[in-house]
Amino acid sequence: MALPIYASPLERIWHYSYLVICTAIFVFLVAPILVVLPLSFNIEPYFTFTPKMLALDPAGYSLRWYDMLLTDGMLAPEVPRVGAWWSDMWQNATWVKAAKNSLIIGFWSTILATVLGTLAALGLSRPEMPYRRVIMAILISPMIVPIIIIATGLFFFYSSPCGIVGLDCGRLTATYAGVDMAHATLGIPFVIITVTATLTGFDQSLIRASASLGANPRTTFFKIVMPLILPGVISGALFAFVTSFDEVVAVLFIAGPEQQTIPRQMWNGIREAISPAILAVATILVIFSILLLATVEILRRRSERLRGVTPQ
Amino acid sequence: MSEAAVLLTTSDGRPLKAALAAAQARAKRRAFWLVAPLLLFIVITFIIPIGQMLHRSVYHDGLSANAPLVGAWFATNPPGTAPDEAAYAALAEDFKAMKANKTAGIAGTRVNYTLPETRSLFTATARSADKLAPPYKEALLALDEKWGSPDVWEAMRSASSAYTADFYLISVDMERAADGSIQRVPENTRIYVYLFVKTFLLSGLITIACLVLAFPVAHLLAVLPMSKANLLMICVLLPFWTSLLVRTTSWIVVLQGQGIVNDVLVALGIISEDGRLAMMYNQTGTIIVMTHVLLPFMILPLYSVMKTIPPSYARAARSLGATSWTTFRRIYLPQTLPGIGAGALLVFILAVGYYITPALVGGADGQLISNFIDFHMDKSNWSLAAALSAMLLAGVLVLYWLYDRLIGIDNLKLG
Repeated sequence: MALPIYASPLERIWHYSYLVICTAIFVFLVAPILVVLPLSFNIEPYFTFTPKMLALDPAGYSLRWYDMLLTDGMLAPEVPRVGAWWSDMWQNATWVKAAKNSLIIGFWSTILATVLGTLAALGLSRPEMPYRRVIMAILISPMIVPIIIIATGLFFFYSSPCGIVGLDCGRLTATYAGVDMAHATLGIPFVIITVTATLTGFDQSLIRASASLGANPRTTFFKIVMPLILPGVISGALFAFVTSFDEVVAVLFIAGPEQQTIPRQMWNGIREAISPAILAVATILVIFSILLLATVEILRRRSERLRGVTPQ
Repeated sequence: MSEAAVLLTTSDGRPLKAALAAAQARAKRRAFWLVAPLLLFIVITFIIPIGQMLHRSVYHDGLSANAPLVGAWFATNPPGTAPDEAAYAALAEDFKAMKANKTAGIAGTRVNYTLPETRSLFTATARSADKLAPPYKEALLALDEKWGSPDVWEAMRSASSAYTADFYLISVDMERAADGSIQRVPENTRIYVYLFVKTFLLSGLITIACLVLAFPVAHLLAVLPMSKANLLMICVLLPFWTSLLVRTTSWIVVLQGQGIVNDVLVALGIISEDGRLAMMYNQTGTIIVMTHVLLPFMILPLYSVMKTIPPSYARAARSLGATSWTTFRRIYLPQTLPGIGAGALLVFILAVGYYITPALVGGADGQLISNFIDFHMDKSNWSLAAALSAMLLAGVLVLYWLYDRLIGIDNLKLG
């Protein structure tokens, strides 16, 4: 952004202070996230930089909090780290169990949200779809309605899911299926938004061309439509996964101790005694989100290239 | 077209108009069937649960289910009838049943919403219910004088109907007076109106903070060349993709009493060791962290609007003699209004219902309405939690409707 040649001295001063302000805002956005990365290697159980860390003395750094993530909750963490130790860790370590749960719940809720959401987005982007606006508003609303209201509603509903039709079919509280469904509901708006956004640039005549060349609707869908909307579907799926992976309120209300997830474990950690092990988890999650962000960016560019939209 | 116009038909002889209508109806059905599975899913996992919960806000069968005989007496005697021996007998029988089923607490809780301090009366009476013998009026009055009070009987009458608006009255700090009129509760027990006002004010403040911070950044992103803008965009999207709990943890590390900001300020000698700033576990903490969390939701819509504003308009204004301030105020700013509206509404909607951040960093005075809903859920005041939820939901839905009217949900963009 170059300054025009006719700028007055006052405008010059403003221009540079504007750049300083913008820099400060970017620091505000990113610095708090990056600050946990070095602190997670602190050898002391403090949440601040020790003099040794500032002096870049290797003695001030350690991996002890990462080690704690593996050993916390193990039956026998002291034995030599051979086969038995690893299987003990895999079975019993609290954070490892939480990570497994988060991945399992994230996986199933993403599948559910992506399949249902993509189908619906295909229907919604057809011009002949009836009541398009109202249905779209309903399907996006899980993103808008406060999470505490959704969680409270599910808490009552799950305690007797068939009660509304006068039957008794057990409970959905403290089950994986219950959490999967709740997280899928929360992820669906993101899938709808990303897939319909991809479909707005979609050239409908491609479908007619394919049909006129003799392809049946199935072939048309898998050979023509799917490859073109795939980037949108994948980024919608990633959004849905991240939503599930980061969700804590619904889990607090409807999950049992068996469904302990990483966010819930972190929530407990922050509310009770905050231990530097949380910073180690936070670091891993930040790296994870950087990878996800990179994936989505690549997909977005690929989608624009495929659809022939010049990158802005 | 003349009246004698030939009726157009398809090749198989059907009128063209009918054939077209049939084809369109088929296309409509096809589109609808694609959406139907998801719609069904959302109805089951989202609409029904919320509807059920809202039902609770007007329905509480604590007394009607556990004291059916008293309920029957109320039904046959008009309001204002003084309780006779039959009424006391019904009450005593109900108490014996409540003692056996251990439900006196539930019934008492229901009456307690209408008339405070009656729950203990119920639980205490149920404890000695087995000893009650005719004449029941004397027996009950001997247990507690309050059983002779018309207030208690009127409260029980109003609570004996399972459907009630009492929980909404409580959520707006109102109560029923002894004569049945509705009045505000005493000044020192008013909480909820203040809480709603506080939630809306804080959300407004956060929205303004987001707008002030997002505007320059979005403008910079919009005018920079693509390659540089993409790089900076990552700085906006990284917080967006990072776990909310991670961001909250980071802010605790940065802002707490022994945190980095305070350490730096002490080291620089700006504040003394005892004068460390309290920026966490209070309202300040809630505002700072929520502004950070919601900032991307403001930057992204602003950016997408600003990107479409041609720079030639501003140049034209300058060439016609406008100062840079006038150009900004009269030419640039009005064109960004759709983005400002979209971002501000979205941030405000999300802020009003926020739960996690205030719960973790809000301390005592930084709690919002969502946290009180959680508090009442925790205390098993389910109907009150539902009434508060219903009011919050109504507010959010009005804003959502406004968003759809002004901006359109289709224009919601993520990254």
